[in-house]
Amino acid sequence: MTPTELSDQSPPQPSAASWVGAAETSEGRQELVEREETDPLELLRERGAVLRLPEGFVVDPGDVDIESPEDETMIINLGPQHPSTHGVLRVMVELDGETVLRTKPVIGYLHTGMEKTGEDLMYVQGGTNVTRMDYLSPFFNECVFSMAVEQLLGIEIPERATWIRMLMLELNRISSHVLFLATNGLDMGATSMMIYGWRERELLLAFFERVTGLRMNHNYVRPGGVAADLPDGWRDDVADIIEVLPGRLDEFDSLFTNQPIWRQRSEGIGVITREQAVALAATGPILRSTGVPWDLRADMPYLAYDQVEFDVITGTVGDVFDRYAVRLNEIRESIRIVHQILERMPNGDYRTQDSKVTPPPRGRIDESMEALIHHFKLFTEGFKVPAGEVYVAIESPRGELGCYLVSDGGAKPYRLHIRGPSFANLQCLPVMMRGGLIADGIAVISSLDPVLGDVDR
Amino acid sequence: MTDAGPTDGEAPAPEPEPEPERHAGALVTRSRGQEVLHPTLDTYLDTITALWDEGFDMCVDVTAADYLERPPRDLPPDIAPERFELVANLLAMDPPRRVRVRLQVPEAAPVVPSIWERYPGVEAYEREVYDMFGIRFEGHPDLTRILMPEDWEGHPLRKDYPIGRVPVQFKAAPPTR
Repeated sequence: MTPTELSDQSPPQPSAASWVGAAETSEGRQELVEREETDPLELLRERGAVLRLPEGFVVDPGDVDIESPEDETMIINLGPQHPSTHGVLRVMVELDGETVLRTKPVIGYLHTGMEKTGEDLMYVQGGTNVTRMDYLSPFFNECVFSMAVEQLLGIEIPERATWIRMLMLELNRISSHVLFLATNGLDMGATSMMIYGWRERELLLAFFERVTGLRMNHNYVRPGGVAADLPDGWRDDVADIIEVLPGRLDEFDSLFTNQPIWRQRSEGIGVITREQAVALAATGPILRSTGVPWDLRADMPYLAYDQVEFDVITGTVGDVFDRYAVRLNEIRESIRIVHQILERMPNGDYRTQDSKVTPPPRGRIDESMEALIHHFKLFTEGFKVPAGEVYVAIESPRGELGCYLVSDGGAKPYRLHIRGPSFANLQCLPVMMRGGLIADGIAVISSLDPVLGDVDR
Repeated sequence: MTDAGPTDGEAPAPEPEPEPERHAGALVTRSRGQEVLHPTLDTYLDTITALWDEGFDMCVDVTAADYLERPPRDLPPDIAPERFELVANLLAMDPPRRVRVRLQVPEAAPVVPSIWERYPGVEAYEREVYDMFGIRFEGHPDLTRILMPEDWEGHPLRKDYPIGRVPVQFKAAPPTR
């Protein structure tokens, strides 16, 4: 190195003028830019854990300055066809090495306009539409829709219908939670858990098929009650299920809860605090895992949940492990409720005898012309619902499932809105993933248990 | 003879108009036993702030409805009906109670102040309302389409957006040889 080169590198003496807005440093000229001059996009990007970039954000590879060491973060897409994103969820993540900085969930890939479709279907048909929203807990969708319609109609359903609904809801909660355990296990590398989870779910789906005729998308819960009475031998079927399950849950305990690898992989990962969860309107196991004992079944009872005993399971830390543990123990509570339902299932009608919403029994149609006409008109014209609006919410396996229903007095809803719990819960993702590793991000997505049919509707 | 009115020919003293019920500065109606508040565009943020102070910790849902076809609806006499209605459902945990806020939004200028600063959880819901109804939220950090593609035209849940407007193209089956 020659002396002339050395002298070239010596920093130039700062002139008086250059101190006003800029400074020459060893790394070049640095200056503060007026706030108005900062790109609005840059400002938005600096707020919190959410990456606020347009969904179509594309960088031309030619524009990337590979030599420059300044910009070391990169933005990549996870999904929408990634096997760990539970459907068609796309997550834009900003990475610094393997550390996640900001995240943006991009949704809409499964949007099929079901709320719009709902405005074009009669109340008697509405169940077939809403049951396909959260396809892992179809009974909940049907139930919340039916409860909203009943509240607008101002009718009461018979006691047996209430308890049949509770039975199906709790069994559905179990089947949804075991599927969570299955997918959660799969995402974290416990492949055997996936097989176990699907096996337990099969027990429940077989029972649903016996009762409703379908394994999923049942359209069983209808305004005014349920579509059919429980089949002969249902008690034995249910008793078999809840006899088998507790032993299997203990197996999961030894497979996961007491397993050091699982605990290291899930403890302290994806933490969300109680304040953050409440602020982001997270409900269900996510809110309970932070220690908030909020369960609509206990706090705002509907159906006959005030007559059964169960505990609200809460966590303490709000990490991936807590969310797993809350759901596992909620299965046990659901089994407890099913035991009580088995003991107390009342006799009587399975649907209301209000002939406005209930078709005449099949036998009457063969002998009575009026019954035939009544049946025909009910299924071609539907029943009219008095004008008004109502919001009904129940506790689905994923959180608060709400239905906002507006009627204009006709046979079709004027506006049908379903408040999907996954839609709100997904907003917690950037908070949970911030500062963690990308591999933990997979565990976090899994622990949210999103159902994209519920998110996009 | 029950509600026949006064019979002595003397006009009854006019009863003083009962003060309309207000909650958090907004007029109150009941819908199937549920409490509904009707603020105006100017008092919307104040009502939300007052409800927050009362302990409504969570804004569980924000949605809207398009009353283009003017169906009957229950509004206090002082509130003028507009085409759009913004509906926010708030939840208090202790003691458990709900309240619904319905805000009239004019068709000419569908702009509403965002409550994102107060309830960060409404971010996705306000984006959905913008996407589906074209109601804009002032102060929202990232008001873009959320369910529809970014270059989509129109707002699907408006009543003047018909079903099946998008032409579906069926291509002939390719020849087998």
